Amino acid sequence: MNTNTGIVTMHEKDMKRVQATQKVVKVFVKIALYTFLCIMALIVLFPFYWMIISSLKTLEEYKLAIPTFFPKQIMWSNYVRAFDTANLGRLFLNTMYVGIVSTLLSLVITVLTAFAFARLEFKGKDLLFGALLATMMIPGELFTITNYITVVKFGWYQTFTVLIVPFLVSIFYIYLLRQNFMQIPEELYLAAKVDGTSDIKYLWKVMIPLAMPSLISITILKMMGAWNSYIWPRLVANDDAHKMITNGLRNAFTDATGQADFPLQMAAVALVSAPLFLVFIFLRKYIMKGVSRSGIKG
Amino acid sequence: MTGTKLTLKDKIIGFFAEKMPWFKKYVIDTFPKWKAWIYLSPALVLLLIFTAWPIVNTVRIAFLEGYGSLAATGGAKFSFGFQNFIDVVEYHAFITCLKNTVLLCVLTVPISTFLALLIAVCLNSIKFMQRFLQTIFFLPYVTNSIAIGMVFAAMFNVVGNFYQGRPPVIITPGIVNNVIQFFGGEIVNWMNAGSEYWANMFVMVVYIVWNALPFKILVLLGGLQGINKQYYDAAKVDGTSRVRTFGRITVPLLSPMLAYVIITGFIGGFKEYSSIVGIFGEDMGPAGGAGRLNTMVGYIYDAIESEAWGTASAAALILFGIILVVTALNLWVSKKKVHY
Repeated sequence: MNTNTGIVTMHEKDMKRVQATQKVVKVFVKIALYTFLCIMALIVLFPFYWMIISSLKTLEEYKLAIPTFFPKQIMWSNYVRAFDTANLGRLFLNTMYVGIVSTLLSLVITVLTAFAFARLEFKGKDLLFGALLATMMIPGELFTITNYITVVKFGWYQTFTVLIVPFLVSIFYIYLLRQNFMQIPEELYLAAKVDGTSDIKYLWKVMIPLAMPSLISITILKMMGAWNSYIWPRLVANDDAHKMITNGLRNAFTDATGQADFPLQMAAVALVSAPLFLVFIFLRKYIMKGVSRSGIKG
Repeated sequence: MTGTKLTLKDKIIGFFAEKMPWFKKYVIDTFPKWKAWIYLSPALVLLLIFTAWPIVNTVRIAFLEGYGSLAATGGAKFSFGFQNFIDVVEYHAFITCLKNTVLLCVLTVPISTFLALLIAVCLNSIKFMQRFLQTIFFLPYVTNSIAIGMVFAAMFNVVGNFYQGRPPVIITPGIVNNVIQFFGGEIVNWMNAGSEYWANMFVMVVYIVWNALPFKILVLLGGLQGINKQYYDAAKVDGTSRVRTFGRITVPLLSPMLAYVIITGFIGGFKEYSSIVGIFGEDMGPAGGAGRLNTMVGYIYDAIESEAWGTASAAALILFGIILVVTALNLWVSKKKVHY
């Protein structure tokens, strides 16, 4: 009996020791994890921090050999000057106009098309849908060349139309919304048919409210697309009356000699970035949901 | 009339159906069969003009030798052939563009995928602050690539005459060089006049990786959270080590997501353009080295702007071909490696 209890106590001691070392290892792993993640997070955040503090410095302070990590004298006036220098007011209005009009039209077209693909029957439906999905693989540059020729022929060069119409249909949005529509039970549609509800009324009263999350995702991505668009506007509407915000921002500060007024430039960049951050803070869920399924910006 | 109220629409349809039997037979009765096309028509019209026609026309132009704006409006005839493709490939600037694009892809996709996987795995194994950190790591996604490119340019930029002046006058070397100095290193001319190619490339790789992380982390973390906890419990019962668990459970079960981010990463990498404009401006290179960092997409846009549509189309087709081949290769590899 004695030996037996001895073994048991030895066993318990071992267990305790093992448990203790396990606990220590666990704590170390936790510390390592958090240290790594926090360092990475700081690296990710640093450009934003640098943008904001640089935008608030005087040019003299920015040029100090030993950098300051908080402005000695906060220059709010940089923002006012940047706003005027880059003509941001006009650019902002242009971009909002293009963004809002193209989003509204795009939503109407996407809803109608997605509804047809999700609920209506017609010949060649699967073939057509497959063909549309296949075009998503083609790089946009291939379309750009002919579209450039086409819009010039239409007389749309340097108008708002040219910034809106060619991109109204997005296969990805149609796909996203169709998937959402398909999840709505078909019985609802059949019941509505029996009641004599028209398709449009059913779409408006049932489908759209149920697919709201997807529609919000599409709206945000489309607006962000307008805000970030650069290449196409530069090609077809780079005059002052129609210039978009990203084009204006890059062109207002093209001093490549290294003597540019960086605080001013950073203030303009912060002003352009601010709306995106606001949207992100309030609508994070929808953005992340839409993005995880696409992999494309805008 | 049996007491049911007829709407105006019904009355109009009824009127036509009564007066014209063929209208009832071919339009009203078959309506359910073709009404879908009404819903589709706005999208289809736009797709025909801005998607279908460009595919046909761009391929056509690519094979019309020397097709350009002036000659086309002048009514010139173009012979059919491969000359545009030969011109593109033989043009030295195109080789530079191709080299830059491939180099950026090969460098940024593995680095960003590895870092994203590391961060996602770490994020997945913590609870406290997980959501908060996840939000921070997503932040670079909601930015304007031109705007934040300008911030990176400011961080790497050396203010002063770095190379041209003898002795060099450095007013401020920029925050990145400050950090290098702090750790006892030498100041590097990253992107000003006289900077070296590898230094320019380094700036681009840092920026592109920073930009690519959020999407990859989002997808990979989503995949990790979808893995059934029972696998890990089973591994724990068997006393499997952490490293082995990672290699034998996490990576295989995550492989579809990994394949997805790698494939989209390569596709995006071959279309790299605006991040370079953000940092180096529309000259696509440091002062005195314009065009040195140009990419395939940049080459196509230069050709469009100089109205050399034949070469632009040929270059776009070449880009499409490269993307197709790389994607097919990726799919082929992932078919062998991916565990579904």
